[in-house]
Amino acid sequence: MTKTATPQSSGGDVRLQGISKTYGSFTAVHPLDLTVPAGSFFALLGASGCGKTTTLRMIAGLEEPTTGTVELAGQDVTVLPPYKRQVNTVFQNYALFPHLDIYENVAFGLRRRGIKSVKKQVEEMLDLVQLGPMARRKPQQLSGGQQQRVAVARALINHPQVLLLDEPLGALDLKLRRQMQLELKRIQTEVGITFVHVTHDQEEAMTMADTVAVMNGGRVEQLGAPADLYENPATTFVANFLGTSNLIEAEVVEAGGDELLLKAADAKLRLPAARCSASARTGEKVLAGVRPEKVALRHADDAGSITEGHNRLPGRIKDASFIGVSTQYVVDVPGLGELAVYEQNIERDGRLVPGAEIVLHWSPAHTFGLDATQDIQAGADLDEEAA
Amino acid sequence: MAASSTTAGTTATTAPTNGRTPNRGLRWLRRNIVTLAGLGTLGYLILPNLVVMVFSFNKPNGRFNYQWQRFSTDAWTDPCGVADLCGSLGLSLQIAVWATVGATVLGTMIAFALARYRFRARAGVNTLIFLPMAMPEVVMAASLATLFLNMGIQFGFWTILIAHIMFCLSFVVTAVKARVMSMDPRLEQAAQDLYASPTQTFLRVTLPIAAPGIAAGALLSFALSFDDFIITNFNAGSTVTFPMFVWGSAQRGTPVQINVIGTAMFLVAVLCVVVGQLAGKRRKRS
Repeated sequence: MTKTATPQSSGGDVRLQGISKTYGSFTAVHPLDLTVPAGSFFALLGASGCGKTTTLRMIAGLEEPTTGTVELAGQDVTVLPPYKRQVNTVFQNYALFPHLDIYENVAFGLRRRGIKSVKKQVEEMLDLVQLGPMARRKPQQLSGGQQQRVAVARALINHPQVLLLDEPLGALDLKLRRQMQLELKRIQTEVGITFVHVTHDQEEAMTMADTVAVMNGGRVEQLGAPADLYENPATTFVANFLGTSNLIEAEVVEAGGDELLLKAADAKLRLPAARCSASARTGEKVLAGVRPEKVALRHADDAGSITEGHNRLPGRIKDASFIGVSTQYVVDVPGLGELAVYEQNIERDGRLVPGAEIVLHWSPAHTFGLDATQDIQAGADLDEEAA
Repeated sequence: MAASSTTAGTTATTAPTNGRTPNRGLRWLRRNIVTLAGLGTLGYLILPNLVVMVFSFNKPNGRFNYQWQRFSTDAWTDPCGVADLCGSLGLSLQIAVWATVGATVLGTMIAFALARYRFRARAGVNTLIFLPMAMPEVVMAASLATLFLNMGIQFGFWTILIAHIMFCLSFVVTAVKARVMSMDPRLEQAAQDLYASPTQTFLRVTLPIAAPGIAAGALLSFALSFDDFIITNFNAGSTVTFPMFVWGSAQRGTPVQINVIGTAMFLVAVLCVVVGQLAGKRRKRS
């Protein structure tokens, strides 16, 4: 945690122990242990139906856990109703009170706790989210982005120990979403409250959060800093759900040293032993993974100039799409199927067109190894589906 | 509108020499037919009210206020000048107020129960609630009278009130239920999340949001109860409400005061609507 407890921090930590939720025979959340450190920005990332919202609602008290306990700042709150928890939620679609104006929406929490003079606090909070002049409007007269900011203000004014955000940016268009991501991050840094953010958008999670927990099928697949998750995915689901990965089925030929030697189709690949999360004894199968942007393309004629020691795979360009900052290639590698390559548009080789024979190469240090018994496609299509 | 302007455009471009005058009347009609139809309908709705209003200033020669004689404000200066009229009006207003209160309170509770809770007789209650709206009023009136007679209850104020609450109930339930069903459950969760206890949540969020439905049900109840004749006539005994008084007097002559009361009711209703809309507009502007 790089951004913990500034002196005025009012955040508390969240500790979930063995928490689970079942509806009849359906298990939404499998027993789960999770600790969110005070003052951190924590994201629960997963496709719809993975149990992330249920987990959030159990922290808020809107859902009663089937087993386990919820602790806020060291206090067990499992049996407390939502209105007795020092936690506030920014709901999906905001749930602003349509019969109250913006001012009264924001003042709602303070008034319910019997605070009489709310004017100063409400005005300060509206200034923080830059909505001062809108105080007397009704929620339905505001744009989506403005409503979203009201929802944040309405929750933050109570200085909760933890702020829960349930897909708060889901209803906004792309440009506004980017803007609000930065805005939320700014607010979190400013107020120092613990944020728990639920989202299906991996980019959103990575941009905003200090720590991301990737959830799938009611379980946490992996937890860590965004860069760490991206560079060292522990499962095929994380590898595919967070960005795109090329996963290659390979067999361990030589193990024991710092590097594993793998055989994939006819090619030899090298993989740092430290980056392989699966057991890899000689003769066993592993999945060798590499991110598309780490792979380079070289025309077959120039294959000789490839850096010595790089992993190489020969193939043929099947498809090339120019998207401005980069060109995305789909390359057909005999015996291994299709691999994705993202090349930055710095020096474009005119020969790299569909049909061209090429060689893919990358530094072995960029290779990661995964357990081959998993579904190689897990999480691959979910991202687009959910978004 | 869009269709007619395109046709006009094409005629203009393809055949500019072909004079457009013969079509002018037809085109005008086509362009204004919606307005004309609207005005016609409005006239159809308002004309009877206008006649009532105009004849409240009449000074009839006989007992019947059917022919215009000459202008007079006699009836307006003495609205209670006819025996029993104001008494029956007061009774009707009293019954309407109590029936509205009774039906609104009970109906709102039923609506919440039906919209929020799953219980065994839910489907049955849902259907039964609709019955008073679907059943012919005469049948209901006669059955109620039979019931009261058999139970030995004396006809009068209370039997009328019970009957009115009964048939107003369905309308309140229908209006409130629609409102409660369309309410986002997250609003109440948000209230609880913001430190509102269940009671506070109900008073501060649920009730205000359901209020338009409740108000609609209440207004409907008042109007229905105030002018009900059939059911009241069967269950009133010797008590006379305003509609019954009008009916009774119509056989012996129609006093101008009836028109005065009718016009006054109409104006009060219009005033309520205008004030409501002005208030809404002001709220929107600020």
